[in-house]
Amino acid sequence: MSAPMLEIVGLTKTFPVRDGLGRSAGAVRAVDNVTFSIPRGQVYGLAGESGSGKSTIARMIMGLTPPTAGDILLDGENITGRTGTRAYGRKVQMVFQNPGSSLNPRRTVAQSIAVPLDAHGHPRRERAGRIAELLDMVQLPADFAERYPHELSGGQKQRVAIARALAVAPKLLVLDEPTSALDVSVQARVIDLLVDLGRQLDLTFLFISHDLSLMRNFAQQVGVLYLGQIVETGPTAEVFTDPQHDYTRLLLASVPVISAEEEAMRPKIPLIDGEIPTAEKLLALRQAAKP
Amino acid sequence: MSQALLSVDNLSVDFSTYGQTHHVLKNVSLDVPARSQIALVGESGSGKTVTMKAIMGLLRQPPATIAGGRIFYDGRDLLTLPDKERLKLRGTAMSMVFQDPMSSLNPVFTIADQMTTILKYADRRLDRQRNGRDRLARVHEVLTQVRMRDPERVARSYPIMLSGGMRQRVLIAMALLSEPKLLIADEPGTALDVTTQAQILKLLKDLVEARGLALLMITHNLGVVRETSSYVYVMNKGQVVEHRPTAELFAAPREDYTKALIAAVPRLTGGTRFGTAEVAP
Repeated sequence: MSAPMLEIVGLTKTFPVRDGLGRSAGAVRAVDNVTFSIPRGQVYGLAGESGSGKSTIARMIMGLTPPTAGDILLDGENITGRTGTRAYGRKVQMVFQNPGSSLNPRRTVAQSIAVPLDAHGHPRRERAGRIAELLDMVQLPADFAERYPHELSGGQKQRVAIARALAVAPKLLVLDEPTSALDVSVQARVIDLLVDLGRQLDLTFLFISHDLSLMRNFAQQVGVLYLGQIVETGPTAEVFTDPQHDYTRLLLASVPVISAEEEAMRPKIPLIDGEIPTAEKLLALRQAAKP
Repeated sequence: MSQALLSVDNLSVDFSTYGQTHHVLKNVSLDVPARSQIALVGESGSGKTVTMKAIMGLLRQPPATIAGGRIFYDGRDLLTLPDKERLKLRGTAMSMVFQDPMSSLNPVFTIADQMTTILKYADRRLDRQRNGRDRLARVHEVLTQVRMRDPERVARSYPIMLSGGMRQRVLIAMALLSEPKLLIADEPGTALDVTTQAQILKLLKDLVEARGLALLMITHNLGVVRETSSYVYVMNKGQVVEHRPTAELFAAPREDYTKALIAAVPRLTGGTRFGTAEVAP
């Protein structure tokens, strides 16, 4: 039994809160004791709404934000505090939500893909060949190398972003809402591509999304984040057919669906007023759930 | 045929840019009967927003030109109506709920300021007599209708002080100010979280039903179509490719485009297969 590709243990992040005069006014726990692991070759879905802490978790895994507490293990090796280093960057890469802003408009596709290659000391003379290979992997024509982002459609841009993430042959891809800016038919093709690439390259995915219907079909395991905590986790099919937590039920009840079968599996609970995750909303939920 | 509250009849719109003419809408026809809930669904670039803008008279001409067709509201052709008459309808008899609540609200005025201003100009166009206090009372009234718990506090707030869901409800309240008969909603709630979007859609549906309004829901989300409409028009490349009762469309889509669109939606029940490669045995 090999170690999981990614293991997160008790990950916590608190941000200081300051009042109007810059004095300390306590702290907010954005991520609170989060633990999960992703077996090699699998897709783990993190579901949550704005303010749930899902992006902060992604930032900590990518080494963009230092965790307050907890450990990150990659391939069995504890790499807490060493995330964001080059050696780590070769193993973990990220695809961002909006390819319109994650690609530099002044760089051609080839130049964008060359950035990670150069940063990781890829031999110069093999660069063009590697870029052609990567474009082929994401099913874009080779002549796209000389195009600028504005000449590409949304789906094509996201393919370029995927090619860039794959340039250094990582083991783990963090996908932060990779298709939420795309039309549904384009989304389907991009997910097709990710599934194919995952099989070919033996990739492991952390898939962050609020689209539960997509998550149901893409992720084997799912964790539902609420107020910085994972309130429910397990195999996607189980969590979706038999949700245990009130918030998971509310999320599922809120998904707009297109068939009677889907409607039948949505929990029948009243939609609660209230906004971004708050303790009050949770309280209201609990009260509504009571008979 | 002309019984519908809103009727778009063979509308064609061209856009001229850099000497080239693009046929953006090609013979689009659709009907929105009074008290009905109609959806117009399509992907980016399908022409749904151009259709909406043509109906509301918001198309910039040039670059756009109406190449043909008519748009009837309550039996009157909007395209031949004098500007002054058309202004009396826009934002009053027919009004819009916009998509992005942050960019549709002015950040430097309070909600009450913005809403009373809208009302003031609507009153002026329609020769209604109403003083400032009555206008503010009306603002509080519609904010209550969109289920704001504390309408007076919301009215005093600046947009930044409200959450996304509350801002979207303010936009709905704005659309209701002059008691319209037709609401055109452009992807309301898509910028919001899924639980908030569900609340907004339910609110919109409840309001439309309770007040006997007609709703034209413009969206790219087939789930939203199913939840909010009884009849649907599917657009692709500037044309209506299929239009039928919503339940029928999902049960048995006829056109290849509609079939492909429905097949691309991942199902909450699972079973959507992703990946083109054969699964290794």
